[in-house]
Amino acid sequence: MVPVSHYLLLSVVLFSLGVAGFLIRRNVITVFMSIELMLNAVNLAFVAFSRHLGNLDGQLFVFFVIVVAAAEAAVGLAIIIALYRTRESLSVDDLDSMKL
Amino acid sequence: MAALFYIVAGVAVLAALSVVLQRTPVYSALSLIVVLCSLAVLYLLIGAEFLAVIQVIVYAGAIMVLFVLVIMLLNARRETPGDRSRLAPLLGAPLLAVFLAEFFFVIVKQLPRGSESSAAPLDSGPAAIGGLLFRNYVLPFEVTSVLILVAILGAVVLAKKEL
Repeated sequence: MVPVSHYLLLSVVLFSLGVAGFLIRRNVITVFMSIELMLNAVNLAFVAFSRHLGNLDGQLFVFFVIVVAAAEAAVGLAIIIALYRTRESLSVDDLDSMKL
Repeated sequence: MAALFYIVAGVAVLAALSVVLQRTPVYSALSLIVVLCSLAVLYLLIGAEFLAVIQVIVYAGAIMVLFVLVIMLLNARRETPGDRSRLAPLLGAPLLAVFLAEFFFVIVKQLPRGSESSAAPLDSGPAAIGGLLFRNYVLPFEVTSVLILVAILGAVVLAKKEL
C-alpha cells in the first residue's frame, strides 16, 4: 500500500507545474490548461485524504470540482473565442483588457 | 500495486512537464489528456473506481474535446516568444522552489512513514456516492445544476457572432 504522503507529494508537484505553466506560457489556451492541471492536482489531494480519513465526502468534493471545471471551461473558451474575433490574437500580452 | 503507483506517477509528472514546456497548444492539450488518464489510474489504485470512470468520461472526454476543438477552431499555432522582461521567471523559480520545499516539509512532518491509514477501504461505488450526494449534499447538487445552466447560456451568448 502506497502511503498517503506520496499521493500528496505528487499532488503538490502537479500543482506547482500548473502554477509554473500559468506564469510562463503566453498562449491563453495553454494558460487555461494550466488551471485545469492545478484543479486536478487538488482533486488528487482530495481523493488521497478521503482514503486516508475513511470519509467519502472528499470524493464528493471532487465531483463538484469537476462540474465547476466543466462550467469554467465552457465559459472561458467562449470568452477566448469572442476575444479572438476582435483581437485576432491568442497571446496574453494582447489580451490585457476584457473590454471588446 | 506500489510499483504501478510510481510508474503512473512518473508518467503524470512527465506529461505535466510537457504541458508546461510545449510551445504548441495542441501538444499541451494531448499531454494534459495523458495527465488526466494517469490520474484516473491513480484513483483506481486508491479505490475510487467511480471517480476514475467519471474522470475519464467527463475530463478526458468532454472537457478536453472542448479544448482541442477550440484550439483547432482558432488555429492556435506555436507561440512566439514575447518581448517581456525575464524578471518573472527569474523571481518565480525560487518562489516556486520555496513553495515546493514548504509543502514537502509539512507533508513529511505531518505524515511520517508508518502513519498509514487505519481506515477500512471505502465503498465508493455509484450507490454509496449517490446516497451521500442526495442525502447530505442535495443543496450543493441543486446549485450545481443552476451553475451549469448559467454556463450554457453564458457560452451561447458569448460565442454569438455579434456581441
